[in-house]
Amino acid sequence: MGRGNSIALVLLVLAVAGLPFVTTGSYTLTVGIFSGINALVAIGLCVLMGSAGQVSLGQAGFYGIGAYVSSVLSIKFGLPVALSMIAAMAVASAAAALLAVPALRLKGHYLAVATLGFGEIINVILNEWGPGGPSGFGDIPHLSLFGYTLSSTTSNFYFIWLCVAAGLVFSLNILNSMTGRSLRAIHGSETASIAMGLDIVALKIKVFVLSAIYASLAGALYAHYVTFISPSSFNLFYSVLALMMVVLGGITNVWGGVVGAVIITILPELLRKFEEFDVLVYGLILTLSLLFLRKGLVPLLIEKAARLKGGTDARA
Amino acid sequence: MFTVFLQFLFSGLTVGAVYALVGMGFNIIYNSTSIINMAQGEFVVIGGLFMWFFSETVKLPFFLSAILTVLAAGFVGLLMERFTIKPLKSNDLLLMIMVTIAVSILMRGLLMFKFGKDPYSYAPFTEGEPLNIAGAVIQQQTLWVIGITACCIVLLFLFFNRTMMGKAMRACAVDTTAAKLVGINVSRVVMISFILSAMVGAIGGIAITPISLMEYDKGPMLAVKGFCAAIMGGLGRGRGAVIGGFAIGILESMTAGYIHSGMKDAVALVIMLAILFFRPAGLFGSVAMSKLRKF
Repeated sequence: MGRGNSIALVLLVLAVAGLPFVTTGSYTLTVGIFSGINALVAIGLCVLMGSAGQVSLGQAGFYGIGAYVSSVLSIKFGLPVALSMIAAMAVASAAAALLAVPALRLKGHYLAVATLGFGEIINVILNEWGPGGPSGFGDIPHLSLFGYTLSSTTSNFYFIWLCVAAGLVFSLNILNSMTGRSLRAIHGSETASIAMGLDIVALKIKVFVLSAIYASLAGALYAHYVTFISPSSFNLFYSVLALMMVVLGGITNVWGGVVGAVIITILPELLRKFEEFDVLVYGLILTLSLLFLRKGLVPLLIEKAARLKGGTDARA
Repeated sequence: MFTVFLQFLFSGLTVGAVYALVGMGFNIIYNSTSIINMAQGEFVVIGGLFMWFFSETVKLPFFLSAILTVLAAGFVGLLMERFTIKPLKSNDLLLMIMVTIAVSILMRGLLMFKFGKDPYSYAPFTEGEPLNIAGAVIQQQTLWVIGITACCIVLLFLFFNRTMMGKAMRACAVDTTAAKLVGINVSRVVMISFILSAMVGAIGGIAITPISLMEYDKGPMLAVKGFCAAIMGGLGRGRGAVIGGFAIGILESMTAGYIHSGMKDAVALVIMLAILFFRPAGLFGSVAMSKLRKF
């Protein structure tokens, strides 16, 4: 995993563990929970964009599948929440595979188009056939693990960030494995990768399914924490928001997804006063970050740090 | 029975005309840059809202308002190209497409800031009784929308086939490097393609607003539908987008009428996915050509 990643992970764990002790009231923790949920979606998208060089405009679709399938299974069929969450992730990965097989067979950015269509179709389906239609439904049970129900804000905060940490470690390990190196090779040059004997279609499908699993896990966590869901949380705007997190944080490093997610989640809280401006501010941030910090915050900071180090260490 | 069908057909043709214009807008930019401009829908919104502003707030005469609106939209297209597309100038299509998404959000933000979240509308172009064709009632504005779209199609066709600039743009679509070699100013072609595509979108917006109203956040849905039209006809093919746009509009209105209105928005997307999966070159595109494409 590398020394930098280990240090960053330790810092993250310390920050998460300490936050509930230094804040009063549940507001900060609630924002923290949503940051964690968004971070999971962003990590998945980051792996997809940074390593496979594909973009998805439909993460909200998988996020929505995660939330709806898990909620419906636990309410209507009385399944334990943990089990229905796993089932939701299975459904999302099956949908991702079905979508990816034809779309990724084609060269280029057809996945972007296909996922855009997919996300919107899921939204129409949730509006038309989802329980409660456009107004959604509530009374979704909290997650229970080993007889302990996660109903308090603090317990949800810890559990969700535990998932984020696990997701980070998992994706870092994948990126450092044979699969990860093959994926980066694809991003570098598809032709060269094929010449080296890589099955690039299979690899891309795998990583797309992985991104869907992250998004659906986030959706399920969201549903069982908030206990009320409606289709408007899973629309195109959320897909674009997820994209924004990854672009802002930096697609070449999964930490970028986490940093971007935290910033994008906190931002509207800070902008509460200017309710009319929020879309404008989002647009400005996204445009400016694409124009001026093309690589994203995290890779840029790492570069800066390396350059500072370079002053004393000639090799860096 | 037939009357109802005819009624659905005309409402389909009306929205289809706008999808066709948006689809053509996509193609104009795609042909000169290989970029999918996700801000295409915002140009239509700009058309409707600016027209409202010039004719209802500033109280300018109809023609002057329309001309000013189209010019203003062209100027927005110019700004977009000069300040985001040109400085970035990257071969990374992913990055370029994301920039257009960013600009579309920015435009939505600005439009909301100026116009708020309310829907806007203004009087139809001509006052008068709706027409009655075989029992179906057709508003005069519907004819205006279809007529204006037809004029745009003809003008664009003449532009691309009869003028030097249009031919230069077609050359860029085939091979940018070769176009540069024969002395075509590619940078200018790209700029003009953005201006032109913004103008085409705005014309659609001006014509449709009296029928379907216009609000700041209508852009993404229009872009998705127009994009479906472009994909259906084969990306980059002007005539394909026209047929695709009308086909999607008609299918949408038939679905809303005969099946269920909530399913309306899914129709275009299902068609698009089906086309992508089974015939990615589009209904009218050639498979061999599509293999040469970057997107």
